[in-house]
Amino acid sequence: MFKSMVEQLGEFVIEACASTGRIMQLFTATVKSIPKASGREIIRQMAKLGADSLPIVTMTIMCTGMVLAVQTAKEFVRFGAANSVGGIVAIAMGRELAPILTGVVVAGRIGAAIAAEIGTMKVTEQIDALRVMATSPISYLVAPRFIAIALMLPVLIVYSNVVGSIGGWLVATNYADISSYVYIESIKTFAEPWDMIGGMIKGIFFGGIIAIIGCHKGLNAKQGAEGVGLATTASVVLSIILIFASNYFLSVILFVQGG
Amino acid sequence: MTQPIIQFKDVSKAFGPKVILDKVNFTIIPGETVAVIGPSGTGKSTVLKLLIGLLAPDSGDIIIKGHSVIDYTEDQWNELRKSMGMVFQYSALFDFLDVGENVAFGLRQHTNKSEAEIQKIVSELLTSVGLDGAEKSYPAELSGGMKKRVSLARAIALKPEIIYYDEPTAGLDPIMAGNISELILQTKRKLGVTSLLVTHDMASAFLAADRILLLDKGHFVFQGTVQETKDSTNPLVQRFIRGELYMEKSKGGGK
Repeated sequence: MFKSMVEQLGEFVIEACASTGRIMQLFTATVKSIPKASGREIIRQMAKLGADSLPIVTMTIMCTGMVLAVQTAKEFVRFGAANSVGGIVAIAMGRELAPILTGVVVAGRIGAAIAAEIGTMKVTEQIDALRVMATSPISYLVAPRFIAIALMLPVLIVYSNVVGSIGGWLVATNYADISSYVYIESIKTFAEPWDMIGGMIKGIFFGGIIAIIGCHKGLNAKQGAEGVGLATTASVVLSIILIFASNYFLSVILFVQGG
Repeated sequence: MTQPIIQFKDVSKAFGPKVILDKVNFTIIPGETVAVIGPSGTGKSTVLKLLIGLLAPDSGDIIIKGHSVIDYTEDQWNELRKSMGMVFQYSALFDFLDVGENVAFGLRQHTNKSEAEIQKIVSELLTSVGLDGAEKSYPAELSGGMKKRVSLARAIALKPEIIYYDEPTAGLDPIMAGNISELILQTKRKLGVTSLLVTHDMASAFLAADRILLLDKGHFVFQGTVQETKDSTNPLVQRFIRGELYMEKSKGGGK
C-alpha cells in the first residue's frame, strides 16, 4: 500500500518533469521558428483572437470593474475618501485584474480552441501530413499562434483597463454618488502609466503561456475524440495554473522591485 | 543492375514489448510499384512511417535514394520529403483549407511559382483526378472517395519521385476503390514514380502493383510478381487472397 503510494507519487513527479521538459523544448523550438512564421497566418490568428475574445472580455471585465466599485465606493465615501475610488479601480485593473482576468478568459476561449484544433489535426493525421509535406508543424501552426496571442493579449489588456474603469465609473456615479469629475481626477492622481504598462508586460507572458500550453496539449492529443477533449481541458487547467503562478513573480518583479 | 531507390536492411521496430517488424529486408527499384499486403496490425503502416521519417527504427538500416536515413535530422528529412508524396488512409486533408488550397499547399510552401501558375497546376491536377471545378469546396463537404482523390492530387503536386499510399481504398465501395486503383496506375504511368502501396485490398494490389510482399508477424513471408502471387502455393498467400487470413486475424482481435 505504502509502496504503491510512493510509486504513484514517483510516477507523477517523473511525468511532471518530463512534461515540463517537453513544454520547454516546444517553447525553444517555437522561438527559433519565429522568423519562418507566415505573416498572413499571424494576422489571421490575431484577427480571430480579437474577434473571438472581445465580447466575453467586455462582459467579464465590465462586471469586475462594477463589482470593485460596489465593494469600495460606499466604504470609501464613508471614510471621506471618495476621491480615491477611481484610482483604486484603475490601479487594481491595470496591475492585476485586467491582465489576470483577460488571461484566464483568453485561456478558456482561445487556449481551448487551439488545443482542440491542433488536437483534431493530430488525431486525423493532418500533423503527419504537414510533416510529410516537409513543413514543420511548429513553424506553420505553433509560431503564428504564439506571436499572435503574445501581441494581442496586451492590446486586449489595454481594452480591458478601459472597459473595467468604465464599469467602475458607472457604479461610482450611479450607486455611490461620486461625480464623474472626481472619479476621473482620482484616476489621474493615483494611477501611473507603469500600472498599465506592467499589466501589458504580464499579458505578453500570459499570451506565450496560453499559446505554448494549448499547442503542446494539442500536439500530444491521443485516443481520438476523447483525447482531444482531454487535451482541451488539460490545456485550460494548466494555462490558468501557470498564469496565476507566474503572475505572483511578475507582480513582484514589475511592481515591488521595479515600481 | 539497377540500384534500388528504397532499401530496408534488417529493420526492426517494437512498440513496448510488442515487436512489429523483426529484421525486415526488402528493396524497391526506381519506377516500380510494390504492394505490401497483410492482415491489420502487422506493421504495414509502420513500414510507411519509417520510410517517411515519422518513426525511427530500433535497429537496422533504411537507405533511400542511396543514402542511409537512420541518423537524418528533421531538416534533412524535410529536404528528402520534398521528393516524396503520401496518400493517407483517412486522406488527412487540411480541414481549414479548401480543396484548391490543399492541393496548392506544397507548391506554395516549397516553390516560387506565381499564383497564376499555381492555380493552373491545381486545376490540371484536379481535372486529372476527376474533380475539376472542386477548388472551392472544403474537405468536410466531400465524400470519402473524393477526399482520396484530392489527397492523391496533393501528393503529386510537387512531382515526387516516390509516392506512398496508406490503404488508399479502405472504406470505399468496390467501384470507387477500382477508380482509385486506376488512378494509382495512371499516376505511375504518367509520372514514372516509384510507389509503395500498403493495402489489404487484393484487387487493388493486383491491378496497381508490379510486385507484392506479404507481411505477417513482423516478417515478409512472401514476395513475388502479381502472377507469382496468384500462382503461389504458399498457404498464407492463398488464405490471404481468399480473405481467410484477414477474417481470422480480425476475429483474433487484430485491428
